[in-house]
Amino acid sequence: MVAPTDAPAGPAPAPLPTGRSIELVLLAFAAALVTGALVLVEANQEQELTRSLLFLGLAYLALFGVAHLAVRKFAPYADPLILPSVALLNGLGLVMIHRLDLANFASDPTGSDDLATKQVAWTAIGLALFIGVLWRVSDHRVLSRYAYTAGFVGIVLLALPGLLPSSISEVNGAKLWIRIGPVGMQPGEFAKILLIVFFAAFLVQKRELFSTAGRTFLGMEFPRARDLAPLLVAWGLSVGVLVLERDLGTSLLFFGIILVLLYAATERVSWMLIGLTFFVGGCVIAYQLFAHVRLRVLTWIDPLVACPADKAFVACYERGGYQISQALFGLGTGGIGGTGLGAGRPDIVPFAESDFMLSSLGEELGLIGLAAILVLYLVLITRGLRSALAVRDSFGKLLATGLAFTIALQVFIVIGGVSKLIPLTGLTLPFLSYGGSSLLANYALVALLLRISNAARAPLPRKPATPQVPIAEAGTELVERPT
Amino acid sequence: MNTPVRRIAIAVMAMILLLLANLTYVQVVQASSLRTDARNQRVVLAEYARKRGQISAGDQIVATSTETDDRLRYQRQYPKGPVYAAITGYYSANHGSSGLEAGAEDILNGSDDRLFARRLSDLVTGRDPSGANVVLTVDPDVQQVAYDQLAAKKSPGSVVALDPRTGAILALVSTPSYDPGQLAVHDAKAESAAWGELTAAKPPVLNNRAISERYPPGSTFKLIDTAAALASGQFTPDTQLTAVSNLTLANGRTDLENYNGNACGTGATASLRDALQRSCNTAFAELAGKLGIDAIRKQADDLGIGTQKIQLPMTVADSTLGAIADTTQLQQSSIGQLNVAFTPMQNAMVAATIANGGKLMKPYLIKEIQAPDLTPVETADPDQLGTAMSPAIAATLNELMVNNEDSYAGSGKIANVKIAAKTGTAELGSKSIAPHVWYVAFAPAENPTVAVAVLVENGGDGNDLAATGGKIAAPIGRAVIKKALEKAGVS
Repeated sequence: MVAPTDAPAGPAPAPLPTGRSIELVLLAFAAALVTGALVLVEANQEQELTRSLLFLGLAYLALFGVAHLAVRKFAPYADPLILPSVALLNGLGLVMIHRLDLANFASDPTGSDDLATKQVAWTAIGLALFIGVLWRVSDHRVLSRYAYTAGFVGIVLLALPGLLPSSISEVNGAKLWIRIGPVGMQPGEFAKILLIVFFAAFLVQKRELFSTAGRTFLGMEFPRARDLAPLLVAWGLSVGVLVLERDLGTSLLFFGIILVLLYAATERVSWMLIGLTFFVGGCVIAYQLFAHVRLRVLTWIDPLVACPADKAFVACYERGGYQISQALFGLGTGGIGGTGLGAGRPDIVPFAESDFMLSSLGEELGLIGLAAILVLYLVLITRGLRSALAVRDSFGKLLATGLAFTIALQVFIVIGGVSKLIPLTGLTLPFLSYGGSSLLANYALVALLLRISNAARAPLPRKPATPQVPIAEAGTELVERPT
Repeated sequence: MNTPVRRIAIAVMAMILLLLANLTYVQVVQASSLRTDARNQRVVLAEYARKRGQISAGDQIVATSTETDDRLRYQRQYPKGPVYAAITGYYSANHGSSGLEAGAEDILNGSDDRLFARRLSDLVTGRDPSGANVVLTVDPDVQQVAYDQLAAKKSPGSVVALDPRTGAILALVSTPSYDPGQLAVHDAKAESAAWGELTAAKPPVLNNRAISERYPPGSTFKLIDTAAALASGQFTPDTQLTAVSNLTLANGRTDLENYNGNACGTGATASLRDALQRSCNTAFAELAGKLGIDAIRKQADDLGIGTQKIQLPMTVADSTLGAIADTTQLQQSSIGQLNVAFTPMQNAMVAATIANGGKLMKPYLIKEIQAPDLTPVETADPDQLGTAMSPAIAATLNELMVNNEDSYAGSGKIANVKIAAKTGTAELGSKSIAPHVWYVAFAPAENPTVAVAVLVENGGDGNDLAATGGKIAAPIGRAVIKKALEKAGVS
């Protein structure tokens, strides 16, 4: 175990456990699971032990070995469960993408793409970004200084694809992309983090403002009408995303995150109620105004119903319900135990490696496998929230809460959508789905979480130059003129 | 700020639990309906991923699977498509399956319990799992003759040939037929087009006339009247019956006429032997009136009519006498009209039972189940369903039927072979629609090895209003018998 390099001099207290050894053991465990999964895929797909297997397994081990070393160096007290959870999710995603590659190659040897290799490359870039964030952001509180910059850049990134011409930004009906040549990015994924940074800092600064009581109604204190501005901004932002980018999922995600941040900052349930009212209002308006939203909702009610003979506007299996139905067929076929990795036909579902990754996993790993994956997400999220509880500064608390809740809400929206709990929206499963932007952004997010958890768990925080305690939290201090 | 964070953590847990509950609903409660949804291709894909067993008859391969390079790995081929379509049925990726392809599904796809040991060893030895083969009792030459003869009539019809000693099916034909290969193609568009064409065809081609369609048996039913009469002890072949050309039935209002309004011979009465030979309706109406409903119904029951749920493994539709309310209706039923309805298979069973000395054998189509390497897994044993009449009565009927055949017109008589037969011409209640014509027979009469039933709808080629069983159906039956005896080395 490496002692923290910046441990204070003098009589050293008994070294506190950093958890790094646990992290390493868990990473090795994740590597064993992923390699085992890969072997199962190869066996069930009647493949030989090819070089690709060796490449993928070794690449995985090497990448997370490096990430572990970086955590040891830059955040030695970081939470030991977060990185292994992420590594296992990412590894399972890689295995499933490779498995879908094999299926696509079998059905069309010329037109198929080697997505697994690309995803390994994205993982490498993502981990580089992860290390970069851990290295450059040595203290999360620094971020609050750049709050307004982050907010501005975030809004620009979010709005950009919506304002750009469709030829650059539109993929499958949603304008979420910036595509230049072969390279495409979804700036919204990064905007997510920047906007959380902004809102966390903003809310910490203006906390007392939002906590100011307006009038009491139904036993709850409601905020004053003029303090509703940030909520209105969030609402406008979400509706803007919906209108300009035609993306229900991103819109829902942003509104949910901001609402939860507002609640965490003010401790007022009334904010949630107002927010939910706005949300319901937004839903009704969106349903009335946008055909694509209406189609999603009608499809959600019964995607399997056969189309009637007349051509009236009805959502049914052939009109809108095909994709979700295929996903449900996959999940149903998987049942409790699943078909086994490599033994199902997840490639039948459209976008099986991205939006519908869950149904691919559900078909081959079954309900048991999905439960394990959900628990894995739950570990990741609760460790993030645990760091929020333990960290000492308000900005850190809000930031960690926001980041952890983002993952939770995104998982809920995606899995709920694919399994027909809520209407389907196009989002990716963090770390599991194929996609560079999503992976990169989520690695940056996890790096920030680790940074905050490091601050929370470190035994003796370095004396900050000037501890900026927000006035709301500062205790009463007797100030005396030195005599 | 920690209280709201704790509450958010609880909310997150609730969200995850909600997801888990919903996934449980989808993957456990709804699982089987989602799995078996016709639009879920997974079942079909899995089915096509393994080599399906072949179906053969003698040295003729009837259905087999060959490897392709498209999405579905194996494609079904039917080398003699239309000839065997009534037996094999079709096997389509989008429109299900029929015939043996459906009835013997578990054997052909390898999931049958009898193949368990085989599957276990596949697992251990790493052999590619594949389905088991089905060997038919059908004689390919007899089947071919039956098909060619019947198809030449250009009118819908059916031929069933049985080995009366065992119940083994030697031929089973339904025309007009179709090529099941059209529905086995993997190109969904071509397959859909073929499906549309076949389902819309007039007359229908997908119907199996041998086992699924029922027809009034007409005068062939008189064999059952005669059997019941002999069993009652009140009648012998020499018992005299009325010979009038037109009889008023029991209710005093309805008249029943002989074929073409002929009298039954020259006398005032005719013997049962002659009445059967000339197929006199009036004589049999009188006979039935004397026997009563119960005697005739019992004889029909004993012959398996409506009492045997036969699986070949395809289901044979139950033949029936229909409701018989009074003696008048009985008299009408006794000449195989009114509500009496037989499958050609049932009529072949009647002939086979008489040929077999009264012992009713269960018809069967699968002679042997073979492992993919052609080693036998299970061989069928003949199964006696019951005794329909005493050997003495069967012998008498045999003799009467030989007497019938001697008087029948039509071509194709076989030198030196005694055939026992009965024809039938079932009218359809209108003088402008040609009758369905029947021929049921077995041979050689001394030691029968083949029994046939031939049905041709609407008088054969071109709605021949003067068609009779003897003229249209008998030559087909004789050709089938000739080929079967040739193969058995009798003639």
